[in-house]
Amino acid sequence: MSGPSLRTRLAVRGFDGTTLLVLPGLVLMLALFVYPFLYGLADSLMPKDGGAWYGNYAKFFSDPFEYRTIAATLWLALPVTILNLAIAVPIAFRVRLMRRQRLLTTILVLPITLGTVFVADGLLTFLGPRGWFNHALTALGILSGPVKLTNNYWGVFASLLITGFPFAFLLVLSYVTGIDPAIEQAAATLGANAQQRFSRVFLPLLVPGLAITFCLSFVQAFAVFPSAVLLGAPAGPTRVISIAAYQAAFEQYDHSLGSAIALIMGAVELIVVVAVLSLRSLFYRGPAAGTKG
Amino acid sequence: MIRDQGLTSKIWRFAAWGVVLLFVLNLLAVIAVVIINSFATRWLGTWLPAGWTTRWYLSAWMEFQLSSVVLVTFEITFTVVIISGLIGVMTAYALARRDFFGKRAIVLLFLLPLLIPPLTYGIPLATVLYRLGLGGTFWGVVLINLVPSVPFVVLVMIPFVEQIDPRIEAAARVFGAGTTSLFVQVLFPLLLPGMLAALLLVLVRTIAMFELTFLIAGPTTQTLVVSLYYAVFASGVRAAQSIDAMAVVYMITTLFWLVLALQFVSPTQIVARAKQQ
Repeated sequence: MSGPSLRTRLAVRGFDGTTLLVLPGLVLMLALFVYPFLYGLADSLMPKDGGAWYGNYAKFFSDPFEYRTIAATLWLALPVTILNLAIAVPIAFRVRLMRRQRLLTTILVLPITLGTVFVADGLLTFLGPRGWFNHALTALGILSGPVKLTNNYWGVFASLLITGFPFAFLLVLSYVTGIDPAIEQAAATLGANAQQRFSRVFLPLLVPGLAITFCLSFVQAFAVFPSAVLLGAPAGPTRVISIAAYQAAFEQYDHSLGSAIALIMGAVELIVVVAVLSLRSLFYRGPAAGTKG
Repeated sequence: MIRDQGLTSKIWRFAAWGVVLLFVLNLLAVIAVVIINSFATRWLGTWLPAGWTTRWYLSAWMEFQLSSVVLVTFEITFTVVIISGLIGVMTAYALARRDFFGKRAIVLLFLLPLLIPPLTYGIPLATVLYRLGLGGTFWGVVLINLVPSVPFVVLVMIPFVEQIDPRIEAAARVFGAGTTSLFVQVLFPLLLPGMLAALLLVLVRTIAMFELTFLIAGPTTQTLVVSLYYAVFASGVRAAQSIDAMAVVYMITTLFWLVLALQFVSPTQIVARAKQQ
């Protein structure tokens, strides 16, 4: 008697005809994501004008015009992400009590689907010196004259706020509504007031979701590109790292340096994401849904 | 739900709704400004323009060659949707139904493109595509757009496949269904609502996807959003109203599919992973 056939042995380990369906997707990702990534890594280690393998990285970190883009990007992305999250949490707690959320969530999903280019175009008119925003604030007597809100830091900030807040809000809302209301009722029955219920019951349950929301919002803000060009000062304070990478690769035709900056960009972003996610593990981890008796 | 009636709670409620109202007002104003300006004859520093006209639409349609741009946009997005739908659903089915060595690594591989800035993988990928002679071509744009959309379909479809009872497939097998008829008559109808939702979301995202298309698009393969970027970037060359007319055309194409998508998914699902109620 021989043992079970190869086919049976593989099937026991989960490899059969159905498993093979994963292959087209896997091949596509290997060809279009993993291979270009390794290619870019190798490419970045072979500077265009020869020299040492770390030449591109040395060039980036020795030129203040280049390395300051990291600080410029973080100086935009971090405050916006924190502000978006800080507004999104209390509002999500309020909206969760609302019966008809659909209209509000539909309006808020508009800037996400329209995208940054459209929002930048609208904001250029809206925030411009003769736009409605300055006009309204002057008419209300809050401002004596128009303030400059486009082609500088605040224009990009506004565009990240208007696309980033709905994104953070909708994510937080989906986490908040995922918490069983019975948990809150139990806390209230035991005499916890609103503040205690938030800080002792909801917040610990929400921390994992908030960490993920922070990361996803941060990824979006950190990757800011079209609005930093259109609404910002792309040669000055809003020269973010994606502009540096794009200019190196497609304006100076140095794809080697472009890949190097793109990889530095990914590395900086991953450092922030990993830091946030490791902070998360200090907090409670467990089910947010109640169980029946 | 518990509703508090205290004074602090009232202040909180007031502040929260105030912020929401302010935000929604500004948001709607940004959109309204674009629409109003596209119909304006002249609009400088007043609440409303001096006069109204529709001629900017005709001039934008001619100047920006919108008929070919709109056609290219639809060709590209539908190709991306069909390919990512086919590959994504197959992959999601295998990942949801089988447990095998290396599955976690594969799921992580599908998560990564959604966590890394598009330019980080876009620049090396565009370099590779240019080297292969695909820069500026239709297939170059399609390939670069598949990188975020295939993982998106996979991640949306995995929970959807998981909630379909595998015993239904087993029962079909017992009654003698072959692989083809099992798929056509049993699985496909069950997967249809999830697929429709996932594909409509990919459609909306691909129309609005700027960064990746921008890196690879050539003069004949610009999508609407890339043309809009170039128009705004070179503003001053054309009338602002003409650019805004183009922005309205872009807005209508996006919102048409968004409205259709919202028939199948809730707005929350556009950012969060699709959950089954």
